Amino acid sequence: MKEFDYRRAPDVPGALALLDDRPDARYLAGGTNLVDLMKSGVERPARLVDVRELPLDRVEPTPDGGLRIGATVTNSDLAAHPEVRRRYPVLAQAVLAGASGQLRNMATVGGNLLQRTRCAYFTDTAKPCNKRAPGSGCPAVTGEHHNHAVLGASRSCVAVHPSDMAVALAALDAVVHYETADGPGELPLGWFYLPAGDTPHRETALPAGALITGLTLPPAPVAARSRYRKVRERASYAFAIGSVAAALDVRDGVVRDARLAFGAVASRPWRARTAERVLIGAPATARTYADAAGAELAAARPLPHNGYKVPLMHNLTVAVLSELTGEAAR
Amino acid sequence: MTTAQRTAVRAVGTGHVRVEGRDKVTGAARYAGDVPFAELGYGWLVLSTVARGRIRDIASGPVLEMPGVLAVLDHRSAPRLETDYVGLLGIRPDPTCAVFQHDTVPHLGWPVALVVAQTPEQAREAAESLAVEYETLPHDIAFDGDRPDARPADGIMPAVTDKGDLAAELAASAHVVDEEYTTPEEHHHPMEPHAATARWEDGRLEVVDSNQGAAWVVGELANLFRLDPGSVRVRSEHVGGGFGSKGVRAHQVAAVMAATVLRRPVRVALTRPQMFALAGHRSPTVQRVRLGADADGRLRALDHRSVSRTGTHYEFVEPGAGVARVMYDADAHHTENRVVRLDVPSPTFMRAPGEAPGAFALESALDELAEKCGIDPIDLRLRNEPATGPVSGLPFAPRNLRACFEEGARRFGWARRDPRPGVRREGRWLLGTGTAAASFPAGAAPSTAAVTAEADGRFTVRTAAADIGTGARTALTLVAADALGVAPERVTVRIGDSAFGFAMIAGGSMGTRSWSMAVMAAAGELRERLAPGMDIPAEGITVRSDTTARLAALTAVERHSYGAQFAEVAVDPATGEVRVRRMLGIFAAGRIVNPLTARGQFTGGMIWGISMALHEEALRDPAFGGPVGADLAGYHVATHADVPRVEADWVDDTDPDDPVGIKGIGEVGIVGAAAAIANAVWHATGVRHRSLPIRPDRVLTAGSDA
Repeated sequence: MKEFDYRRAPDVPGALALLDDRPDARYLAGGTNLVDLMKSGVERPARLVDVRELPLDRVEPTPDGGLRIGATVTNSDLAAHPEVRRRYPVLAQAVLAGASGQLRNMATVGGNLLQRTRCAYFTDTAKPCNKRAPGSGCPAVTGEHHNHAVLGASRSCVAVHPSDMAVALAALDAVVHYETADGPGELPLGWFYLPAGDTPHRETALPAGALITGLTLPPAPVAARSRYRKVRERASYAFAIGSVAAALDVRDGVVRDARLAFGAVASRPWRARTAERVLIGAPATARTYADAAGAELAAARPLPHNGYKVPLMHNLTVAVLSELTGEAAR
Repeated sequence: MTTAQRTAVRAVGTGHVRVEGRDKVTGAARYAGDVPFAELGYGWLVLSTVARGRIRDIASGPVLEMPGVLAVLDHRSAPRLETDYVGLLGIRPDPTCAVFQHDTVPHLGWPVALVVAQTPEQAREAAESLAVEYETLPHDIAFDGDRPDARPADGIMPAVTDKGDLAAELAASAHVVDEEYTTPEEHHHPMEPHAATARWEDGRLEVVDSNQGAAWVVGELANLFRLDPGSVRVRSEHVGGGFGSKGVRAHQVAAVMAATVLRRPVRVALTRPQMFALAGHRSPTVQRVRLGADADGRLRALDHRSVSRTGTHYEFVEPGAGVARVMYDADAHHTENRVVRLDVPSPTFMRAPGEAPGAFALESALDELAEKCGIDPIDLRLRNEPATGPVSGLPFAPRNLRACFEEGARRFGWARRDPRPGVRREGRWLLGTGTAAASFPAGAAPSTAAVTAEADGRFTVRTAAADIGTGARTALTLVAADALGVAPERVTVRIGDSAFGFAMIAGGSMGTRSWSMAVMAAAGELRERLAPGMDIPAEGITVRSDTTARLAALTAVERHSYGAQFAEVAVDPATGEVRVRRMLGIFAAGRIVNPLTARGQFTGGMIWGISMALHEEALRDPAFGGPVGADLAGYHVATHADVPRVEADWVDDTDPDDPVGIKGIGEVGIVGAAAAIANAVWHATGVRHRSLPIRPDRVLTAGSDA
């Protein structure tokens, strides 16, 4: 393997200085994705800046009733945190639906946001891939794509974003905080991930060299009744073929508020705003839920071998919203 | 020391933990890639990135300048090999193992060079930097059941068996099933990847390897390198799984070549992605099954035709149609295995070759016939129990399939089953149950063993058996203890070393049966020689055995292991998720030597059946000709969460006419398991799934017009 330089960052300014905007340097946190990519040759960094020991491992309430989550909080600690479980159950469920216990013990919040697609063409350096080698082509469009995007895909790239956590964060309007040499910045999750477009190699709006320091979750009373359901090709330890993060507030048989996001259907976590508009104010019935799912999925453009994702997401949306309604009725 | 202490308690039949279990769980047991050697060189294989073509050039010069690089071997520089021979199993070598002999590339992932360096990291970096220029030729990997170039092929059994008038019997049948079933490309993927270290010492070649038969690999290497077999020693003490993939492969041959050229020890290990190309695999199959039956379910016609795929450079036939030759008779009975040559790696033996995919098709078709006839699926099978071999006409050694079904049905609660499909719901899940029959041949092959009475009162057994995780070392300890009439604690079994002489491989479910015959023969004779109170000399007293003549004298019968598989599944029709809720397998598999490890083998096979039914599938990209997602993240096997309560047990299966009464148990556990699950999915949903794996997308779109 290629030799690389390993540095452990003492603090956030030190991490930024060690990375020094070098395009061949990478921050290393849990390493659960980056190290795999280094083994397969997709990533060949000359320097790793280890940020795992930075003091960014706290989950704290914010004055407005939300939560601030440090970038190096492990996935396990995030899912186990009592305030996350109480206020944002959808987030705890999404994290627990991903990976394995061992991986969640290593993986961090910041790293989870930045994990790369598991498209098999992206991870195989012998193949063309516009995300890995811009302009080389996308073999998935005509090749094996039964778990590729049906929403928002471009002709350049049909890969899906792999994170479960980020789907819940999309539904919760999370804000990503980062630090650069020029000072701090923040990005709402909806703007954090860039559409694939013609530049699928540019995945986020983070400035070059920026270090994610944490997330904030705004207060979201609707999330007290929320759920994440993930469908995959085995019961555990597999990426989603479709997932739904949903929160629902039903009073007097009417949907007062709703949050809905889809996973494994697009190059980024897919906030289903069209469906939310159908839901809010409508009677809390299976018919409404089907209408909402149908409205969102009207934009779906399946490839020859992933058309099943449209009925899958339709059924899953109706099922999860109906389950939440059933909970509310109890 | 005298030989007075003997025990009357039998060791065979009571559960014993693995004799090497502590070594394995503490890490003391060394696997092939762990054994240290001084001056070790590390080889890294470079595989082709084109699916068909010729090597134009390999730019080894710059790579030889890289840090630590010792050598680059390719078709221009490697030692010449002999490939025109027939090996121990009666088959010719797979040319994939005869590396670097020509410039032709017959499939993606063909070994084109070996880079050797002082560290594995240097070897890998150099191998990945090696520029190989190809002349690319068009490739063809398009496999389907209608290929006109598919032709009948024998492989390990005759291609075709045929009796009666199929058309007439089908026409005269009250009920006919005529369906196509498919199974995908599947891979062995033992936990321990293939690894071998080769070194020369005093004119003798020694290879530390992970394989299914040390004597087998010696024979292959001696033939390939034109060596006297007596000057080659292969050791394979601990093996982390094989499943048919661990014979002679490219890595041992490349290691021997490099050790020969460099005159120092060289290790070559396969990576997980490389195993997709170089470790063999199970071919996909397309199978057509036609069954015709009278109104009462008696079979008039049985036609099973299976097409599989092999490489252009080597022919291996996955004989899916073979299982019907044992299981069911009919007035007209036709079975046929065909194969088509495509630009893909060589398939090979993989756990229950033939029976595993074949039983999926045949046992699914039986379930469909039961539905058409309105007969319980178990009744239908029992009504068609043959009196003699349907094709061979030979008598059966005890065939206790009926007892398996009766005991299984009782314990599974089959009598309470409502036969109607699609009527049981629990929340979002539809529930169903299914069953299928299983069988696998119980063969044996010649083996040798040596048993020594040591001066300290202990006994040592030496045989070139292989314990590939099955518990064979422990089983042979128990067998030897009983044959000697002593407690197992006084017996040490040494295996996995070709220096112990010739022995059958751990394969074909024949290992323990074959080795036990040799161990019992030697131990029995030793016991007779040892008089009570007799003094044992310092070098001990050794008796050797060879079972060749004994096996040749055995009467030809249809001898098989049998099983009845039961599964309960839950299917969410909204998402296509299928979950197995419980499985039960009842087997008739001869004398069970060690119930503890036997249960592990049976349940392990059944769990593999879950993977086969729901998960396993290697997809090839038609444009590139290679697998997509060639790692264990892309190639799914069942996780713990997919494995419910799986129970395995057995019925009495005594054969007084057999010298050991032991049958193989390594493969029968997977046979029929996928069919039982698929039949349960039908019972849950009312929809038949004739293509494996039963993925969520297939469940979602099955039976819909979309």
